[in-house]
Amino acid sequence: MVEESDVRVVRFGGSKINLRPPIISTDSRFVLCTSGDSVKVYSTRTEEWLHSLQGHTNQVTGIALNPANHLQVYSCSADGTVKLWDFIDGILIKTFIIGYPLFAIYVSEKHEGIVFLHIAMDTDSKKEGFQLVAVHLPKSAEQEVEAKELSAVSSHISPNPSCTAFGREGQYIAFARNLQLNVYFFRKQKTYSFSLKATDKKGAKNAFTCIACHPTDDCIATGHEDGKIRLWRNFIHKKEYTYSTQHWHHNAVNTLCFTPEGTNLLSGGIESVLVQWQYGTGNRKEFLPRLGGSILHVSASSDGQLFCTSHSDNKITVIESSFKVCGVIQGLVKGDAVLTDLMIDPRSKALVLNGKPGHLQFYSLLRDKHLYNLDIVQQEYIYEAGLDQFEVVKAAFDIKGYWLATVEERGQKSADLEFFLKLWSYDERTQSFVLNTTITAAHTDRIISMCFSSSEETTMLVTIAEDGQFKAWCQGVDADTKQDQNFWSCDFVGSYHNLKPTNCSFSADSSLLAVSFQEVITIWSPDTWELLTTLCQPPGVIRDLCFGRLSCSKYLISTTTRNLLCCWNLLTCALEWSTSVEVSKLQSDPLSENVAAFSYQSKHTDLFVFKPNEPRPLFTHKNVCSEKIHRAVFVPREEPLNNCDESSQWLNRSQLYFLTQNMDLLTFSTATEEDRMLSSSTRLVIDDSVAVTPFYLLLGKHRQQQQKLNTPSHQAADRPQQPQGSVTITELLHTPAHVLPPASVLCSMFVSSLLISNTGVLQDPLRKEMESSEQEMNSEKEEEDSEGEMEACDSQQELRVQGSVDEVTPKLSKAQERELKRVRKTDFSWMAGLIASKP
Amino acid sequence: MGEFKVHRVRFFDYMPSGIRALAFNRDIERIAVARMDGSVEVFHCSDRFFQEKIIPGREQCGIEGLSWVGERLFSAGLNGGITEYDLTNQKVKYTVDAYGGPIWTIAGNQQGTHLAVGCEDGTVKLFEVNEDKIQFERNLDRQKSRIISLSWHPSGSKIAAGMMDMIQIFNVETGHSVHRLLADRGVGTSRSKECVVWSVVYLSDGTIISGDSVGMVKLWDDQTGTLIKSHNVTKCDVLALSVSQNEDSLVAGTSEGTVVQFQFISMVLGKDDKEWVRTRTFKNHTHDIRAVAEITTAVVSGGMDAQLVVRPLLDKVEVRSAASALRKIHFPHRRLVSCARKSGLMLFQYPGHLELWRLGESEGKGMPGSSLFVKRNPEKLLHLKVKGEDHIRCSAVSPCGEWIVYSTASSLRLYRLHCDNNNVSITKISKLPMVLSSANQLCFSSDSSHLFSASTQSSVHLVSLSQSGCKFVGTLKPKSGERTIGFGVLHIIEDGKWLASANSDHEVHIYNLQTRKAHCTVPVYSSAVTAMGIHPTTNCLFMMYADQQMCEYSIEQKQYTDWSRMVQRKGLHRFWMERDTPCLNVMFNPQHPSHVILHDTYMLCIIDQSLPLPDDKTQFYNQLTLKSLPEEQRKSHSHAFKVCKTFKDILCVELMSDQSLVVVERPLEDVASQLPAPIKQKKFAT
Repeated sequence: MVEESDVRVVRFGGSKINLRPPIISTDSRFVLCTSGDSVKVYSTRTEEWLHSLQGHTNQVTGIALNPANHLQVYSCSADGTVKLWDFIDGILIKTFIIGYPLFAIYVSEKHEGIVFLHIAMDTDSKKEGFQLVAVHLPKSAEQEVEAKELSAVSSHISPNPSCTAFGREGQYIAFARNLQLNVYFFRKQKTYSFSLKATDKKGAKNAFTCIACHPTDDCIATGHEDGKIRLWRNFIHKKEYTYSTQHWHHNAVNTLCFTPEGTNLLSGGIESVLVQWQYGTGNRKEFLPRLGGSILHVSASSDGQLFCTSHSDNKITVIESSFKVCGVIQGLVKGDAVLTDLMIDPRSKALVLNGKPGHLQFYSLLRDKHLYNLDIVQQEYIYEAGLDQFEVVKAAFDIKGYWLATVEERGQKSADLEFFLKLWSYDERTQSFVLNTTITAAHTDRIISMCFSSSEETTMLVTIAEDGQFKAWCQGVDADTKQDQNFWSCDFVGSYHNLKPTNCSFSADSSLLAVSFQEVITIWSPDTWELLTTLCQPPGVIRDLCFGRLSCSKYLISTTTRNLLCCWNLLTCALEWSTSVEVSKLQSDPLSENVAAFSYQSKHTDLFVFKPNEPRPLFTHKNVCSEKIHRAVFVPREEPLNNCDESSQWLNRSQLYFLTQNMDLLTFSTATEEDRMLSSSTRLVIDDSVAVTPFYLLLGKHRQQQQKLNTPSHQAADRPQQPQGSVTITELLHTPAHVLPPASVLCSMFVSSLLISNTGVLQDPLRKEMESSEQEMNSEKEEEDSEGEMEACDSQQELRVQGSVDEVTPKLSKAQERELKRVRKTDFSWMAGLIASKP
Repeated sequence: MGEFKVHRVRFFDYMPSGIRALAFNRDIERIAVARMDGSVEVFHCSDRFFQEKIIPGREQCGIEGLSWVGERLFSAGLNGGITEYDLTNQKVKYTVDAYGGPIWTIAGNQQGTHLAVGCEDGTVKLFEVNEDKIQFERNLDRQKSRIISLSWHPSGSKIAAGMMDMIQIFNVETGHSVHRLLADRGVGTSRSKECVVWSVVYLSDGTIISGDSVGMVKLWDDQTGTLIKSHNVTKCDVLALSVSQNEDSLVAGTSEGTVVQFQFISMVLGKDDKEWVRTRTFKNHTHDIRAVAEITTAVVSGGMDAQLVVRPLLDKVEVRSAASALRKIHFPHRRLVSCARKSGLMLFQYPGHLELWRLGESEGKGMPGSSLFVKRNPEKLLHLKVKGEDHIRCSAVSPCGEWIVYSTASSLRLYRLHCDNNNVSITKISKLPMVLSSANQLCFSSDSSHLFSASTQSSVHLVSLSQSGCKFVGTLKPKSGERTIGFGVLHIIEDGKWLASANSDHEVHIYNLQTRKAHCTVPVYSSAVTAMGIHPTTNCLFMMYADQQMCEYSIEQKQYTDWSRMVQRKGLHRFWMERDTPCLNVMFNPQHPSHVILHDTYMLCIIDQSLPLPDDKTQFYNQLTLKSLPEEQRKSHSHAFKVCKTFKDILCVELMSDQSLVVVERPLEDVASQLPAPIKQKKFAT
């Protein structure tokens, strides 16, 4: 983020939405959750992502509704700021600069103007220590305020933010760390602490894992590592405190939450069962099982009608108080490890990688939305640690997205390896992949890599395995069965001096297949299965292979384990150039000649983008991140950017995404892109004095435009032009259905937008509608010079007419005529807009 | 420590009887326990729960309820009678028939004026407690179904009675029913299955708490007769309830073996509106808990698994110490085994019969720790059934193995054993002196020539035994005759010349057998004597107390010995003091005069009086460390206490005259395996 000013690494979507408990807004319409550098706002009804609150420059580590205003939310971030947002409109209201990395935020109704924050203790001591501080937020009109008044409430608190909770009416705060529960009373300024033994005779692990306080009673619920839930009472006495114990969870209780009335206690853990305990009646409990990944957080809406659980598979489930799941918000599923490459489904342009155990997930990068999971293993997954279960380890798409090949494997650690090669075909009718062929013993040993041929006519799959062979699989009519369906069978088995293959790749036109065997690259012709040539540049085992594209298709690029990046010219079969660089991942852009190489050196990763025919890298980005990068993918853009800047040109056709070792999906963004995003977000900024409804958005914008129109100095041509056709139609089509006003309201407006006004000033809204549509038409026709002149003239004429509408002059009939003409045109262009905006 | 040949005896099939009722007396800090076999035991709560008194039961005498009235103990049972016990002489004082069929419950009011019993015929009968007897006063309104449980309001004006499907509140003045509280039969149970209100508690603020067979603990208001709150405690029955003195805590025993505590807590701190909240759960039993009692600092529970569990409430304990630890009492603090030291015979005392066994023999010598080959198996010689319905109170076999004596509450029988080769026969000595009508404790002299019997009349009777019969010789009485009330003699220790007896008032008297006069009295200590022995050569009396203290008293000099004073001065090791069962026997090894052998339920210990005493810093269990040290260093590391924990659940250890030890074990697993199957419970992951 230093050298190149306009290309920077951003954490892209799909980031963790389960880091902190989600919040349900007071009216139960929105769910807010932290997601990378931003706070995301989802609708509870439609599970749709509405917008995100962007502005933090580091991980957002906590959100809390402003107790003084239920339409505002506080967020804190590791960048050391607390920001106050209007989350419905996505407006940043204020920024408070604290100056220390913040890790969690708590608010309480009783403490107005004070937020409680987790900050790290002085970093010089090695052991992790956190302290809870109260920060008085200064009242000031400025946008950015520095909050200086910090007072420590307690030091040495647990790094887990769910181990801290406010008690009844904010009178006390309870926090636990390891085996000690502390209760701090604000009024008395006294801390009571209670500790448990590390283990009891039965081997229970008593460490605290989470805390919740009853909203009306003085009762603290604590969850423990062994799955017990204790309800503490009478905790103002050193000795006469008491607790009751309940035990249902068989593993650590991850989260506890009282419903707002205090009638129920919700708990969740690794079992992924939401348990509702009836408060005060001991054992009565209800279960909501099979929610997916283990439950990390539970939160309840302030009216108690909705609950929200967030799960380890990056999911938020919205649950009604009747214990019925009513919505699932799925982020990018992040398992323990991504074993497959990052891939792009050519059809849906979705990112494909490991999802739920045994599944492949399809994730739309564009909408930042999880599309669906494809069950590859088709076996029940057992949620228990230490079991060896089937896992998808390899997957590949053919170029048209019609075929998907997957490899699932079990027993990586033990000696008896089991694996299947499966081929899936895309079914147009069901719009999903259907299993076509399962090959049980494709190879005698583990499959290392596979790739589809990239030619359009025939589809061929090449797999290489540790048994020293590579196999080509073709789809052919089975001679025995003569069925319509075509199954896959082995076409060719190749090997090279019994060496172990390391990688394989097809050239862009599929005329060549390169298979690397240890230090040797062999080039085969897939048509005749003839070994064309071998290339070798010792020392070092070949790691990655990649053919050049487009104008550089005569080049083959390889990386070795001995820090060598070689570029071979296939026409001369000679080494074109080589350079000594440790490359951990080589990725070529399918839409351009560019090749991206991630190099891991001295604890950080650098990126080089180069063209095979040019020895000089196109683009260099030092210190992309501090981890090694093994997965990267170029994602074609929907519409190419036209950046002239040399350094960001390579991002015009496609975007580069890469996955770090701790499962962060990162990408590069350019300055122009960010500008565009910024402009689209400012579009929504509106007057604060008016209640913000979607309906207002619809109306208000037109009013604004009209205001602009009425200013005499304004020139229609100078106004920023809307790129789209009709605003009304766009609004109608782009606003989520659930936030739209009733159809009857819209209808009248819609119809009125079609009406022609002849009363001029008296019917402002209608006029305005007309005006605006006129403007839109203008913008559309801007390029066409000849008519544009005339339109501009028209509008000027119109302005004049406005000024003197009640004068009855002979000119009037002419003006009317003109207006009629114009209206006809307007109508027509509006129709064009309608057609254009239809997807 | 010395090496012994050990007879590890596991054929004593002693089966403790299940606990049916508990009654706690706050004033004298005693808890009375009634068992299924009709026996009643009294434990001293502040003296480490030492079992002070045992009143043996009778056949066909099921006790259903116990109640203290002042310092008097009453019980009622299914035989329809109310029994008062003579606690000083440890026997039944009298039994009054209530004429209402089997009695299910008994409750005394706090004023100590009346007893109420609930009968099978549906009546609650009030008895007036007089000086020396109880007198039937009247019946309260008769109900249709049996009265299962009763509780007096602390003011004594109302009684709550638990019945089938309902609770009745009676006004004691008028005898009429004030309210009927209907207990529902619970969801999921069949309609025909009645809901039994097993237990009720009437609090002073008018709250009635009931525990029933549906598994609910319900709180009722006696003014309106309405249900305030109900807690589902278990899937099976809530059998027992008990409330603490200040009514802020309640414990409920269930048939799952759990004790559930409820506490009266203000829900909002600092405010006065309190609620009953379920708090802790204790699981120390495997079977039904039939009785619970909340005493000042602990919860005492007992049930079908025959163990008495004392679970301390740490929030009420001021100082945490060994006295306030979790305690499980499995076996009586009495010896049920007597050994004929010279002839290798053992007499096992069961409630209804005696068994005489001959120890097995082994050959050769083995390595320490190894087991020897048994040449001759142990052999049961005799099975002696008790005449009459009373259970055995005490028994003894003479050291030579020729005499067997036992006593019940009503009679004493002396037998002479003829044992030639394989034929064993006994003859009953028919003409017994009048003084031998009943005994609290029996003992033979070491040469088997005399029988000592501790009578109920504050004295020890001396009877000489011969081939022809027995003859009353004399009575040993304490020197000062100021104590005219009889007291039960606990231990008689005889050593040719001296005889020591301890009673339940913690007094130890020493008599000279030659002069048959009282010799002296050992200074009274606050704790009860659990075991004592007279050293054969030095004539010192070695005493063990219930609080794990030990004393050595020189009989000849009539004062504590120097060693004993040193023990008192230096104090005993922490680990020694933290043991939770009393020492049950004191023996001396003639080969090592400085050795004293002690045992309790969990260990066998030899105290070498010639070695230094350990202080709190030294390692107490140091045998393994000593073994690893070279010979010359052992001396500096060794201390007086040598503890052997090889044996568990010890009922008796005796040193035989051939220098072999007899260790009678009764493994708790064997006891548990003979208990009926507990209520089946779903266990996680099974």
